[in-house]
This record gives sequence, C-alpha cells and structure tokens, in this order.
Amino acid sequence: MQGGIKLRKIGVFVCWCGSNIAATVDVEQVVQEANKMSGVAYAADYQYMCSEIGQNMMKDAILKHNLDRVVIAACSPRMHEGTFRRAAEESGINPYLVEIANIREQCSWVHKDKKAGTEKAIALTRAAVAKVTLNTELIPGEIDVVKKALIIGGGIAGIQAALDIADAGYKVDIVEKTPSIGGRMAQLDKTFPTLDCSACILTPKMVDAARHPNITLHTYSEVEKISGYVGNFNVSIKKKARYVDMDKCTGCRICTEKCPSKKAKSEFEEGLKNRGAVYIPFAQAVPNVPVIDTDECIKLKTGKCGLCEKLCPSGAIDFNQKDEMITEEYGAIVVASGYDIIDLDKFGEYQYDHPDVITSLEFERITNAAGPTNGKFVRPSDGEKPKKVVFVQCVGSRDKTERGKSYCSKICCMYTAKHSMLIKEKYPDIEAYVFYIDVRTPGKNFDEFQRRAVEKYGVQYIKGMVGKIFPEGKKLMVHGVDTMSGETLVIDADMVVLAAATKAKSDAVDLKRKLNISTDINNFFTEAHPKLRPVETASAGIYLAGACQGPKDIPETVAQSSAAAAKVIGLLNKSKLVNNPCVSAVDESLCSGCLACTEMCPYDAISFKNIEIDDHGQKIKKVVADVNEALCHGCGGCTVTCRPGAIDLKGFTNKQILAEVDAICR
Amino acid sequence: MKKMKITPDKYENELLQIKKISSEMVNDCMQCGKCTAGCPATLEMDLLPHQIIRYLQLGQFHKVIESKTIWSCASCFTCAARCPRGVDLAKLMEAIRLISLRKKGNNRLNVEDVSQLMTDQKMPQQAIVSALRKYSK
Repeated sequence: MQGGIKLRKIGVFVCWCGSNIAATVDVEQVVQEANKMSGVAYAADYQYMCSEIGQNMMKDAILKHNLDRVVIAACSPRMHEGTFRRAAEESGINPYLVEIANIREQCSWVHKDKKAGTEKAIALTRAAVAKVTLNTELIPGEIDVVKKALIIGGGIAGIQAALDIADAGYKVDIVEKTPSIGGRMAQLDKTFPTLDCSACILTPKMVDAARHPNITLHTYSEVEKISGYVGNFNVSIKKKARYVDMDKCTGCRICTEKCPSKKAKSEFEEGLKNRGAVYIPFAQAVPNVPVIDTDECIKLKTGKCGLCEKLCPSGAIDFNQKDEMITEEYGAIVVASGYDIIDLDKFGEYQYDHPDVITSLEFERITNAAGPTNGKFVRPSDGEKPKKVVFVQCVGSRDKTERGKSYCSKICCMYTAKHSMLIKEKYPDIEAYVFYIDVRTPGKNFDEFQRRAVEKYGVQYIKGMVGKIFPEGKKLMVHGVDTMSGETLVIDADMVVLAAATKAKSDAVDLKRKLNISTDINNFFTEAHPKLRPVETASAGIYLAGACQGPKDIPETVAQSSAAAAKVIGLLNKSKLVNNPCVSAVDESLCSGCLACTEMCPYDAISFKNIEIDDHGQKIKKVVADVNEALCHGCGGCTVTCRPGAIDLKGFTNKQILAEVDAICR
Repeated sequence: MKKMKITPDKYENELLQIKKISSEMVNDCMQCGKCTAGCPATLEMDLLPHQIIRYLQLGQFHKVIESKTIWSCASCFTCAARCPRGVDLAKLMEAIRLISLRKKGNNRLNVEDVSQLMTDQKMPQQAIVSALRKYSK
C-alpha cells in the first residue's frame, strides 16, 4: 500500500529527456514521491519516454498493472501530448485520461539548482496526478465538410490556388473585387529573373481558370459577411451591378470605344491613360465583359446619353441592374487578396507630382507593348525619349518613421535591375543609374540577374540615397550621394523611377474582421506559425496565399498558393472532421440565461435556446446558453464569465484546475 | 592611408555623453546616406554627415571631434526630417559641439571677435546671437 485511498489506478512515467531533465531534476526521487501520491499505482522513469521503447514501456505497464489513467512527466504537451494520447488509446485507455506534467520547459530548462528543480518537478507531477484523478473520458464529435473552397482575390495567388484545388476535383469560387481576374501580375511587363513576358505566362492561367468546369468566377464582387466554421463557412458575396448582361455580351467593345465619357483614369494603366465610363480594364481581361463605372457614366448620373445601350448589337447593356447578394457554403477559404504600393504624398523631396517622376508600377505600363505608349519608352511630360534615367530604391521601404514601412519590400531590388536592363536592351544609348542602400537578391538565379545589369549592361549602381530632386527646365536634378567614395553628386536626369514600398491592402483590416483572423503591425495577415505553419491562419479552415501575408515575388506566391491548395485539398478530402472535445458545456439546470458568455466568446460559438424544464411537476420555460462545439476553441473565457458557474470547459473543469492548484500548494 | 584601429572602450565616456545629450542611437543608422544626399552644407564639410555617424558607430570619436563638419552643420534639420531610420543627426552634431565647447577655452566664437567678423552689413543681428549661442559656452 503506497498511501492514500486507491480510487484510481494512475501510472506516472518520468522522462529524463537524456540530460535535458535528468541533469537538473532527480528523476528517481520524483518516482519515489509519485509512488506515495494518492491514486498512483505505478511509477517509473526512462531516458526517452517518447521513444518507441519508452512508449512500449508505458503500454506494457498499463496492461500489467491495470492502469486507468496516465501522467507523463516530460516535455511540454505541445511536443508530445499527441504521441502519448495515441499510445494510451492503443492500450485501451481514453486519450483524454492522459495528463502531461511539463518538467522540462517549465522546470529543468529554467532552473539550475537540482534540489529546487526536483522539488518543483515533484509539485508539477503532483498537480498533474490531482488533475488526472478528475479527468473524464471525452469523445470528439464529428462535423461534415462542404466540398467547396472559396478564394478571396483573383490575382496569380488566387488563380494558382483555384486551379490546383479544382484539378483535385473540388469546386472552387473565386471572388475578385475588380472587373477582371489577373491582379498585379497582369500589369507587369516582364518577370524576373528570366524576363519572360508576364501576360504570356499569366493569361493562359486566367483562361484556364475561366474555363475550368470546377471553377466559378465572381468578378466585380466582394465578400460581405462570413459566418460558420471549418468545413462549414457561410459566406455572403455582393455581386456589384456591371450594368452589362454577362450572358448577352459578346465582348465586341463597341460600347467601350464609343463611350463619350473619357475622363476617368485607367486603374490598370496606373492613371497614365484615360478610360471610358464603360470599360474593360485590359485587352486580355477575364471575363471579357465591360462594366459601367457609376461615378463616370453620364446616363447613370444625368439620365441623358445611353449611347452604349443604343449601339450594343446584342442588347447587353442593362441600366436597371442592381447589386446582387448571394450566399454560398464553403468548406475552406484561401485569402489571396494581394498588396498595394504606398502613397508618395509624404515624400516631397522626390517630386512625385512631376510627370516625369514615376513609380516602378507606372514604369511597367510605360515599357509594356500594350501600355499607354505602346511600349515606346518616352517621358510622360513631352513624349520624348529620355537620355538619363535614375532609379531610386527603398522609397519608403526600411523606413521606421511614419512616412514609410519598416520592412524590406523584397521585390524592388530585382524589378529595378529588370527595369534598368529592359531600358538598356532596347536603347543602349540611355544612361541608367540606380541608387540603392543594399542590394538584396537572394533567390535562384537572382544575384546573377542583378549582376548582369552592372557587368553586361553597364548600369551604374550607386550605393547611397537621393536627398532631393529639383526640376530645372526639362531636366530633373537628382542630388545624391555615393557613400562608397564618400562624394556627393548631381545627375541631370530626364526621368526618375521610384521603387515605392509595398503595403498591405487598405481593406485588409476590414477583411480580417470579417474572417476573424489576425494581422501583424503592418496589416499583413498572420500565419499560424512563422516557420512550420506558413500558409495556415490561426482560424481552422482559413489559409493564406501570396503578398497579403507579406511582400513576395511571383515564384514565392505561386509556391505558397499551391501549398495553401494542398492544405485545402487535404481538408476537403476528409468525409468528416473530428473536433476537439475540450469545449465548453452548459449545465442547463444552473444556467440563469443571463447570456454574459455569448458577449464574451471571441468565436461567436455561444448562442441561446429555449428549453422547458420540469420543476417539481411544474413545466417552466427558460432561456439557456447553447454552445456550438464546432465553433468553440476551448479558450475557457466563458467559464470565468459565468456567474452561476453553469458553464465549464471539458477536460479543464473548474474542479480540475482547483485540484491542480491545491496539489501545488500542498 | 593609415589603418583604422577599433578600440570600443577608448571613448566610452564621450560616446555615452553624446547619447545622453542627444538621446539618439547611432546604431539605428543603416548608412543609406540620405542625410548627406540632402544636406545643403556638404561643400563646407571635411567629413560627410553619414560618415560622422559611421565613425561614431565605430567608436572613432577623435575623428569626429576634430572634424570641420560639426561646425559647418547649419542645424537645418533636413537630415532629421528625411532619415528613414528616425535618427536626428542634427541633434548628434549639437551634442558633439557641446562636448567640444564644454572643454575649457574651447569656445569657437568669442564675443570680442564678433566686431571683426561683421564685414557683411546685411547680416541680421539674430543670426549673430544664435551663432554665439551655438559656438560658445
């Protein structure tokens, strides 16, 4: 008899973790003390409990000593709780009758003194024994999975993820805010480091997405509301009125050519060209159907005009269209909402309001054969070919002040090298200068690419920044420094290209709230783990792809999209999802119906229901809290909010926690 | 050219004093050179503004205190306004000047000498007073 009343038959297994634990904790003494604890029928120690031998030792002991619950005194439950739960289950014990005493991270690693460490290890073990005594068998519930995925954003990230998921045989909807899919990549001219034409590699994918039997495109649409949980998301999508019937329109473009309103700046052309009120963003747009801009359309503003309606040969123009709200169910969501570049209003020294000072994105359009200058590289101010072009990197990147962004935008070093080479390739007589702080080009064939600009094309790379730009006549006097030689310099440039910092989309915060996911200090969406779970969010069933998670180039974006797609496919492939049984449960006889818990719950997992109770023969109707087990994350917030103590977290009941505290204080 | 010797402890007190007076951290600087590129007074300088910080980062206080640059700095704060790392170089310059002036007999400008310097009749009085403040204890 080893002391105490034997209500339970608990086995305690103390791990050495090599010398990780054993060097600071006298494991043998822990075993001796454990043997004296109430309910403990067996205690042993082993060098590596997580090894196969260690696990088998535990399994054998369970069978031999007829143990009904287990305490493992070892590392953090984050490491091996799953391992020991599975081993226990294999020996016929409910996995939730296993408790972990963390005597490594919370004891041996933070203490030096062996005596004190041993005492603490004993206390932690005693607490785990006290808790496991009160553990009950828990059985996870099952939920169905809607075999369909939602992709938010139709850029290269969204398209790639959609194609991968659709190819695996699941239905996918893409919701894209603008009139066409394609995103930022559609705006680019060439792509680094191979210089293949962006449109040539993107448009086939856009067409594939449009034609794929498993993919539905909702362009000119926005996600309005999201409810539900992994496997069962309920999403409201607002389809904005195009005022053009998608089924009737043949894409002939008579309307876009004849529209008399030409004042609007083309978003796709970065404002370098005007477009009509009825417009298709770009030549290869998918779908090839125009939209009417309500702010610009003369008919919608004044009731007069309607020229497009009269001219349309297929009668597709419909001024009576209204915004439409649709609701769809999805099993998984991929957020691929992309990025923006910062406003340059605060960088007065660069004279961005001068027409010949442009952003790199504007440069992409100017150098593009389908762009506003038909690919001719000319100054926006007078259409003349420039002789000297200055590129300025890190405009707002690596800038800790309120003007910029503290991070490196990651793509600018490569695209600036690309831009300088594109100029030099077409017009070898143009001089190109690049001001940089550091050249950062890690990546396959990336540094070779950048060095080619210097070595083969003679682009002048100047390590230093530009302090100010003064327009003088037709010239832009660029005052800079070459920090390497320690000399200041002035370049009489004809054009200046600013590599403006990337930033999260301005509506990222809005989307975060709708999705109940988190963003970092810069409003980029946060992954569940920076290394080991890079495409998942902390919310089950919601994944991330592309630059909405942080600055990324195309190869990385595509890789992450396929990774997110693999996660989605893995999820949709399951016939049922097992949910965590450690969720809140309401004792309806105690619940007063105050519903304070519903207010507190961060996951909207608690609602209420009306029940009828039999109170000594009298039927009484009352309102009680009702937990949706699929939504509950087991945070325990409700249990401390509940005044009558009617709500408790399974696996972590108030009684269990108090028993642990008592055991430690003993 | 002589080889530079890095002796981090040699000017520990002076560097600490600069930090105390200016409350600026020289290690925040990433040597982009933006301060130099925008400085209107570099023509009068022997060390460029970004080099002043670089020498402070390397503990070369003697090079900084002996330089003409700290006296050429007009305290226009252009560098401070544009520094992407939020380093106020004008404050650092002031701190270095103060350390120099606080040494006995180290005034850069003496009241008695002012009359000789007044060759430019259009010089505003305010400029003279502020120059005295900046260059004398």
